[in-house]
Amino acid sequence: MIEFLTSIQNSLIYKNFFLVLSGLDNTILLLLISLPLGFVLALLFALGRVSKIAFLSRTIASYIFVIRGTPLLVQIYLIYFGLGSVKFIRESFLWYALKEPFWCGVIALTINTVAYGAEIFRGGIQSIEKSQVESGLSLGFGKFLLLRKIILPIAIRKVLPSYGNELILMVKATSLVSLTTYMEMTGIARKIMAKTFAPVEAFIAAGILYLFLNFLMVQFVKYLEWKYNPHLRLNN
Amino acid sequence: MFKFDKLVFGDAGWGDEFLIATLMTLLVSILSMGLGLFLAIITVWAKIIQNRITRFIANFYTTVIRGVPELLVIYLIFFGGNAVVMSIAKVFGYNKYIELNALTIATIAIAVISATYSSEVLRASYLSISKGQIEAAKALGMNKFSIFFKVISPQVIRHALPGIGNVWQITLKDTSLISVTGLVEIMRQSRISSNVEHSPLTFLITAAILYLCLTTISGRVFKTLEVNYSKGFST
Repeated sequence: MIEFLTSIQNSLIYKNFFLVLSGLDNTILLLLISLPLGFVLALLFALGRVSKIAFLSRTIASYIFVIRGTPLLVQIYLIYFGLGSVKFIRESFLWYALKEPFWCGVIALTINTVAYGAEIFRGGIQSIEKSQVESGLSLGFGKFLLLRKIILPIAIRKVLPSYGNELILMVKATSLVSLTTYMEMTGIARKIMAKTFAPVEAFIAAGILYLFLNFLMVQFVKYLEWKYNPHLRLNN
Repeated sequence: MFKFDKLVFGDAGWGDEFLIATLMTLLVSILSMGLGLFLAIITVWAKIIQNRITRFIANFYTTVIRGVPELLVIYLIFFGGNAVVMSIAKVFGYNKYIELNALTIATIAIAVISATYSSEVLRASYLSISKGQIEAAKALGMNKFSIFFKVISPQVIRHALPGIGNVWQITLKDTSLISVTGLVEIMRQSRISSNVEHSPLTFLITAAILYLCLTTISGRVFKTLEVNYSKGFST
């Protein structure tokens, strides 16, 4: 039994697991900043998209079109390599953020998730029945109160499953930031692979951690769905 | 900043290289979408026949691949694929070194990812066919083969087309990750060009525009197909 345990401890996959684990905090840090920021901005963009101001709506529509039509990798490279090559950006205050791969990753991930999130929230806002808005108006709600008490709660509740999908896609998208030399889990797995020439062990260790992270995300979304849909609970 | 003169065709610019790279992206997307659909059909079949083992394997495959970043799957297949192929070849008594070329690895890697998404789309549209139709076909004496081709597939295609269109867009964008394996498609070409010309902005924006064109045009194509396949049905 003890021999078996020591053989596990000496196996490459066990050692790699803890090495890759040390990159988990960097992955989570990326998510902790870009997800809440992306959520708030996506809501604002969705409201702008459904607003009656044609200019605002059209600008946001074209922003969403461009971001959803190009791969995330292009966006990350554009921000990390592309913007860094422009002289006046290097001389401006923006350079303090753009010279760090971490902030480039955060900016790219936020820009990306805002576009997808805004489209999801737009669907939610547009699916609200007119009668609910009208009953709010008849109660004398102002625009802001209507938004806060009726439109947003119902819209967010409706789109929780699809926004949950987007959150999982974001967890997976953080791996692309490793291509800008930022050392999160995929970056460390790659480094291990280059050192030990054992690709399968390194990437399986990282894969298990990503699966775990996504599992937690799914549970979190399920909890939110349970919390904000009290009328759908079987027994309360 | 943006150097238009570097994008002309011929030796002075990178226009023709980008054209070839775009065709390569399209080739990889089409091949892996096709292989992915084939894998997806097998996965769906494994899920809908009443067999616990095949269903477990299929569920495991789709859950794991969809829960792991695409980049990791590509790395795993790119760095680990050769070893797997060689060990399979060893079983059949072939001991020489085998190296898969970049296009094959790229196609397989993207297909493995795209198949998981396609299988969900196909499964949902298969389940939307009412059982009565299959029973009616059986009552008419049709065999399994013609039930599949004459009753099930036309309806599955019609129901699945919008979803397959989405999967196509995802697949097209995922091919950009293949650049890490060294296959010269749009993304790789833009990195090569920007390293030579020291102008990343120009070539990355070019890449973005090319991807945008590809996704927009293929989106239009799928819209037309949808209209074509839903003739006689109110949409």
